[in-house]
Amino acid sequence: MNPDLLSFTPWTALAGGVLIGLAVAILALANGRQASVSAIAAGLLRLDLADLPWRVAFVAGLVVAPTLYGAFVYLPTLKIDANYSTLIAAGLLVGVGARYAGGCTSGHGICGLARLSPRSLVATLLFLAAGVATVYVARHLLTTA
Amino acid sequence: MTIFYAFLAGLLFGIGLIVSDMVSPSKVLAFLDVAGKWDPSLAVVAAAAVAVGVIAYAVARKRTDTLLGTPMRLPQATAIDPRLALGSLVFGIGWGLAGFGPGPALAALGTGHVKAFLFVVAMIAGMGIYEFAEYKRAQKARSALASEHHAHEHHRAGGKHKGRRH
Repeated sequence: MNPDLLSFTPWTALAGGVLIGLAVAILALANGRQASVSAIAAGLLRLDLADLPWRVAFVAGLVVAPTLYGAFVYLPTLKIDANYSTLIAAGLLVGVGARYAGGCTSGHGICGLARLSPRSLVATLLFLAAGVATVYVARHLLTTA
Repeated sequence: MTIFYAFLAGLLFGIGLIVSDMVSPSKVLAFLDVAGKWDPSLAVVAAAAVAVGVIAYAVARKRTDTLLGTPMRLPQATAIDPRLALGSLVFGIGWGLAGFGPGPALAALGTGHVKAFLFVVAMIAGMGIYEFAEYKRAQKARSALASEHHAHEHHRAGGKHKGRRH
């Protein structure tokens, strides 16, 4: 590992992480729910009416965040390198995988670890390993650049 | 009130992803690219979020109801099984392909980027595939149970019939 100190942004990472932690805390203490984005989004799909309003509200907050934030602070245009077919394949894998795993980067990686759940630690280590392996294959084995 | 706090949580979550730039797939991929120009930022984001979360869950665990008086409904699953392992691996491959997880993808959707929209549509389709597979599995389990019950009834009826013949 060779940390790239030019692209490392520890202070904004720390600030953003604390904000995400506060979001997790609010949803846990006020609503008694875990901030697992995949589980909340999947709940919308299942249309269980009792839980629909808070789930819609959470996803709406997430989606309007760039607009509200962008009203006060300059927001650079997002750069997404992956082509259309890669994005479709990636989206399908993320959707199916997150549901079978019962969580995602937020559900297991943040909330689960914060709950000190061994199940979430296993999930997090596995998806980190798979993510690292995928990027390694894509960037260092399949391309010579 | 639960709706207001859920919205606030979603908003703070999204702003946290934007401030830390975890909404950018290139930033996430730079963290996963340990053999290239490795950017450890994601680890700092996760560590900070988990640190705040540990405190929140320690408080939440001691309570049976929330600050709003509704029951606590945090996850109870503890199983470490093939479903968890395979699901996590499949998720990780998808995560590494595009650099998007569900949270950042939904926040990126809010920037109006067409590629984020495409990813989110595919992700919802993937979740739909799971729901459909689970529905089929439950249906199969139900019909297996029903036919087993039916066979059992049939066997008993047959037995009675035989008994009468003797």
